Amino acid sequence: MKVVLKELTKVFASRNKNDDDIVAVDNFDFEIPDGKLVGLLGPSGCGKSTTLNLISGLEKPTQGKIIFGEDDVTELPPELRGVGLVFQNYALYPHLTVEKNIMFPLQNLKGEQKLTKEQMKAKVLEAAKLVQIDSLLDRKPGQMSGGQQQRVAIARALVKTPRVLLLDEPLSNLDARLRLQTREEIKRIQQETGVTTVFVTHDQEEAMSISDLIVVMKDGVVQQIDEPQKVYDNPKNLFVAKFLGTPPINIFEGYIENGKLFIGSDTIFDISCAHKGSVIVGIRPEGFIVDPEGCLQCGIKNQETMGRDSSIIATHQFNLADTFRVIIPAEKRPEADAETVNFYLKENKVFIFDKETEERIPFFVKRA
Amino acid sequence: MKNNNIKAWIYLAPAIIFLAVFMIYPLVDVLVYSFEEGYNFASQSYKGVGLYNYSYVLHDPYFAQALKNTFILVIITVPVSTGLALLLSLWLSSIKALRNLYQTIFFLPYVTNTLAVGLVFMILFKKTPYSDGMINMLIKLFGGNSVDFIDGPYWAKMLVMCIYTIWIVMPFKILILTSSLASVNPDYYKAAKVDGTSPVRIFTRITLPLISPMVFYLIITGFIGAFKAYSDEVALFGTNLNAAGMNTIVGYVYDMLYGNSGGYPSYASSAALILFAIVFTITCINLLLSKKLVFNN
Repeated sequence: MKVVLKELTKVFASRNKNDDDIVAVDNFDFEIPDGKLVGLLGPSGCGKSTTLNLISGLEKPTQGKIIFGEDDVTELPPELRGVGLVFQNYALYPHLTVEKNIMFPLQNLKGEQKLTKEQMKAKVLEAAKLVQIDSLLDRKPGQMSGGQQQRVAIARALVKTPRVLLLDEPLSNLDARLRLQTREEIKRIQQETGVTTVFVTHDQEEAMSISDLIVVMKDGVVQQIDEPQKVYDNPKNLFVAKFLGTPPINIFEGYIENGKLFIGSDTIFDISCAHKGSVIVGIRPEGFIVDPEGCLQCGIKNQETMGRDSSIIATHQFNLADTFRVIIPAEKRPEADAETVNFYLKENKVFIFDKETEERIPFFVKRA
Repeated sequence: MKNNNIKAWIYLAPAIIFLAVFMIYPLVDVLVYSFEEGYNFASQSYKGVGLYNYSYVLHDPYFAQALKNTFILVIITVPVSTGLALLLSLWLSSIKALRNLYQTIFFLPYVTNTLAVGLVFMILFKKTPYSDGMINMLIKLFGGNSVDFIDGPYWAKMLVMCIYTIWIVMPFKILILTSSLASVNPDYYKAAKVDGTSPVRIFTRITLPLISPMVFYLIITGFIGAFKAYSDEVALFGTNLNAAGMNTIVGYVYDMLYGNSGGYPSYASSAALILFAIVFTITCINLLLSKKLVFNN
C-alpha cells in the first residue's frame, strides 16, 4: 500500500493568545512507495511525531491530504484507516496477558469482520510467531524485558494486518545492545510482512541502518528525502550534513577566491564554482588523508586508537568548534608525540555551504 | 548490638507509651468491660463474668433497629456513592471548559461542617409551621402529596439519610478517582482508539481495571465509614435517635454510655465489639475479593 502525503500541514493553536501558532508540520509532500521502510528523522520538536499521528489519524491535518493506495483517508478516524501503531513506551495494557493484548484489536471487530475465538487465537499465534514471542503468551507485560514488550507491541499492531505500520521511536526505550538486535528484527518483520512502514526516530544511526528511505525534518519542514547513503553523501544543506553521521561532520570557515577554496591561508582545492567569498566548509571525519605534504595543517590535541581505526582529536584555527575528530586507518596515524599533522582531503567528503542560507553549493575540483 | 537495642527502644518509647495509654489500654479495657456482668458505674463493681452483655445487646430491639439502619445505609450508600463518584469523575476528566469550577463545587461538601450541612438539609426537607421544606414544595408543584422527611415515615427518613450520607462522602471519592483517572497513561487510550475500541469497551477493559486498586480502596474505606455512621444522623434527626428510629450501631454505643438511658459501659462495649466483628469480617471479605478482581502491577 503506497501512502501519499499531499501538502500536509498541521498548525497547533497556541495557548497564549499573544504567541504565534505553532506550525508542527509545514507543507509535507511525499509519496511512500508500497512496501518500503521509511524513517522520519529529526531532532526533538521537528514535527516527525506529529506527522506520524497525522498518518495514523490521531491528529487531523489543518491542510492537505493523506492517501492510502487509492483511498483518501484524510477524514477517516484511525480505526477505519487500517493502521497499526507502535508507541514509544509500547502502551501494552499492563493488566492483560500478552495473548489478550495482541487479541485486543481483533475483539473490537464488528459485523462481517467478526472472528470466532479459534480464528482469533490462530491470528494471535501467527503474529506472536512472527515476532518470536509465541512462548510468552501467558505473561503479563510487567514480567517481560523491554525488548520482549516491544515485540508484543509490534505483534499487536500487526495482528489486524494493517495497510500501514507506524512506529514511534521504536528503539529509544531499549539499551544499546538490544537496540542493535531489535532494529534488525524490525527490518526482518517488515520484509517478511511487506507492510509499508513508517518509523520516527531522532537517532540518525538507527534511521540510516534500516530505512529504505529517510526523511530528514527540521522545524516542521522536510529538508531532504532520499536513500540513507545518498542523503549522507549528498546532504542538501548544512543541517542535514550536521545531523547525519557519527562522529559528526567537521565545520570550518572558508572562502572561495580566484577559483580556489581556502580554509584560513591553506588552499584546499582548485575548484570551479559559481560562488565567491565566505562559505562554510564541512568535512566528514573520514575525509582526511594523512600526508606530510597535505594542504591542511592542524594541531593534535589527542589520539585515540580503536583497533581498526584511529581518531585524531585535532584543532584548527578556522574550525568552528574547539576541536574536531578525524578518523584514519590505524596504521596511518602520526607519531604519538607529534604536535601537528597535515591532511589531504577527499573531495567527495568535502561540502561547501552558503554562509547565509546554509544551502549546499555545488563545486567541481579542477585537476592540475 | 545490645546497646543498639536499648537505643531503639528509647527512640520508640514516646510512640509506644502514647499508643499503650491511649490505644492499647482502652481496647483491652473495652474487651474486659464487655465480659463483666452487672457492672455498676457508681461502685465500679460487677457481679460476674460471662456472655450476658452480648446476649442482652443482641436481644435489645433498639440494637436490632440500629443494626438494620446501619446495614441499609451501608448497602445503599457505598455502591451508589462510589458509582456516582466514578461517573462524575469520568465526566470531569472528559471536559475541559469549567473543569476547575466543577471540581471545586463537587469538593465543597468535604470542607463543609457536618452540622452546617445538616442545616441545609433541614431547609430542604424539614416541615415547620411556616414551610414544608423545598423538596416538598417541588413535590407539590408536580402535584404530589407532601411527605414529612424528618419526622415522618421510616422510608422517607431513610431516604434523606442515604442522600445525606452519599452527598457527604462523594467529594473525597471524586477527588481520589479524578486523580487516579488522570494517572492512566493517555497512550493506552490512543492505542485503543487506533484499534477502534468502543468507548464502553475502553472503560470496562482498560480504564476500570487500571483504576481498580483505587476503586477498591474507596469501597473498603466506604464500608468502614458507613458502618461507623453516627454524626450525620445526629445532624439530621437530633440526639434522640432511638425515638426517631434512626439510630446506628455507633449511636447505640454512645447512648449506652452517655445517653438518657445510659450508664452501661458493659453493654456499650459489647455492642462496640459486635460492630468491630462485623466490620472486620466485611473488610476481610473485601480484601479477599480484591485479590481476585483488582489489577496489581
